[in-house]
Amino acid sequence: MPSSSRKGAPKDPEAADLFFKEDPVELFSDLHEIGHGSFGAVYFVSKCIRTVYKVFENVAQKYDVMNDAMSLGIHRLWKDALMHLMSPTPGTLLLDVAGGTGDISFRFLDYIRSRQDREARRDTLSRQSASWQEITEAYQPGQSDTQGGVQAVVCDINKEMLKVGRQRAADRGYGTGLSWVVGNAEELPFDNDKFDFYTIAFGIRNVTHIDQALQEAHRVLKPGGRFLCLEFSRVSNPLLSRVYDAYSFQLIPVLGEVIAGDWKSYQYLVESIRRFPDQEEFKAMIEDAGFFKVQFHNLTGGVVSIHSGFKL
Amino acid sequence: DELYCRLYRTHIPTSPVQKALLAAGSGVAALLDPYRHDMVAVLGETTGELALRRLRDRMRGDPEGYQILQYVPSGEGGGAVPDPAVRPVWGEVGGGIPDPAVQYIPSGERERPRIRVSTLDLERLGTMPDGSFGREYLRFLDENGVTPDSRADVKFVDDEELAFVIQRYREVHDLMHTLLGMPTNMLGEVVVKWFEAVQTGLPMCILGAVLGPLRLSARRLQLLTATLIPWALRNGMNAHCLLNVYYEQRWEQSLESLREELGIEPPPQL
Repeated sequence: MPSSSRKGAPKDPEAADLFFKEDPVELFSDLHEIGHGSFGAVYFVSKCIRTVYKVFENVAQKYDVMNDAMSLGIHRLWKDALMHLMSPTPGTLLLDVAGGTGDISFRFLDYIRSRQDREARRDTLSRQSASWQEITEAYQPGQSDTQGGVQAVVCDINKEMLKVGRQRAADRGYGTGLSWVVGNAEELPFDNDKFDFYTIAFGIRNVTHIDQALQEAHRVLKPGGRFLCLEFSRVSNPLLSRVYDAYSFQLIPVLGEVIAGDWKSYQYLVESIRRFPDQEEFKAMIEDAGFFKVQFHNLTGGVVSIHSGFKL
Repeated sequence: DELYCRLYRTHIPTSPVQKALLAAGSGVAALLDPYRHDMVAVLGETTGELALRRLRDRMRGDPEGYQILQYVPSGEGGGAVPDPAVRPVWGEVGGGIPDPAVQYIPSGERERPRIRVSTLDLERLGTMPDGSFGREYLRFLDENGVTPDSRADVKFVDDEELAFVIQRYREVHDLMHTLLGMPTNMLGEVVVKWFEAVQTGLPMCILGAVLGPLRLSARRLQLLTATLIPWALRNGMNAHCLLNVYYEQRWEQSLESLREELGIEPPPQL
């Protein structure tokens, strides 16, 4: 999507009041203009990767606590919904981009494991007279590894987030099956046609050039592979929208200050959500990147939306 | 629209709703973990507006306090955001005490002194005679293992002068410890909080004074209520307002004479 610069007065002056009017020169260096955002707000960011990286460095440690506090725990339901939509089968390989602390990958492994267990149980039940050989095989812990034991690759631009994720994986016993890679969504360090699933949960709005990230997603997926994105989106219901805005702008930076001692990072978070394209716009961007059968599913009234597309 | 006008470098403008939420949240956080000084600071800022105004007015009414508050805006290119971190212009004049008769304040600089390692000359304080205010302050810093740089920046006060007042209050806190002869353990801090509660009227001090003792042992609590709190209250009420003292000009004065001047009784033995 070409970046259209929209300088001047914001489209919606009332909404513009929600924005952080602090002089961006002080926050960022090397400014240039990026365009999109239905508020039409002027926001100059270049080297956004570096700035966003700094934001997430601060938040890495308290990330999970903050997620629970901000979404009142509902983010877990959203991520479960993503996994149910994906319904991966054993033997598939996942690339979880911006997956820092590992939430999606853990669910992926759990889902596959439970599926394998169910199949194994069904197999043993259906077999009336099985040989000892077959019974022993059926009782093996479900592995079905591909790629030398790796089922999910977690990729994130931020080493701190990956460190936290790796620690969580160790704490919960997800030893094998996970690989942790530092990388940039706009330039993935992987070969073409490698993955069955590509997920990016609450990460794509932090990418400077979303179209490049989508193209990279298309590149690394196998033909037949599925792209899935879980992201904050537009709430269409006007009443819910006002409640949501009030909640976001009034409460979330306060939570950031009280829990993580960091007001500004969470102010940034709330603003980045407003800047992101809405459901239809984003769907068009995904189609532009070459995906087919692109759909979106709204959750919680549109607060978040799951976009999905296939590479054919 | 004023809401988004940043008044000083570390200012974060907030709506009344946000302030209320911050006050509640920081209060809970500070209670759960009293070592979260940033939460105590936020609580002070969000609940202290009335008390800060009163304090500021008291400072204005006192000649020394007025001098501390003085701000001279920059001559050319006016409208620069004032920076509370700007070093005061007065410095090494003679024996280190600036001559009030020579009050040269070039435009762009101002009084508004800040107490920080960068603005204090700790070495010079070390060379002062025992019993002098400067020497005893340095001794207090060393014995308690604290540094004058540990104070949080002001963020949520929506007035530039009041922001300086609360910043000054924070930085003067250690000097209060020295004047009152109280260590930085829980007991000493509670005593200073009682004193500050009377002197400043800040809700955060009152809360700290009332809730602090809950964490003390029975023996210390007894000592507190029997001698220390009455002493702190008496002195808080009778003493000169401690924010109206230009400490940076007083390092060489003897601690005893300074206490006498300010109306502080010698501290009871702990």
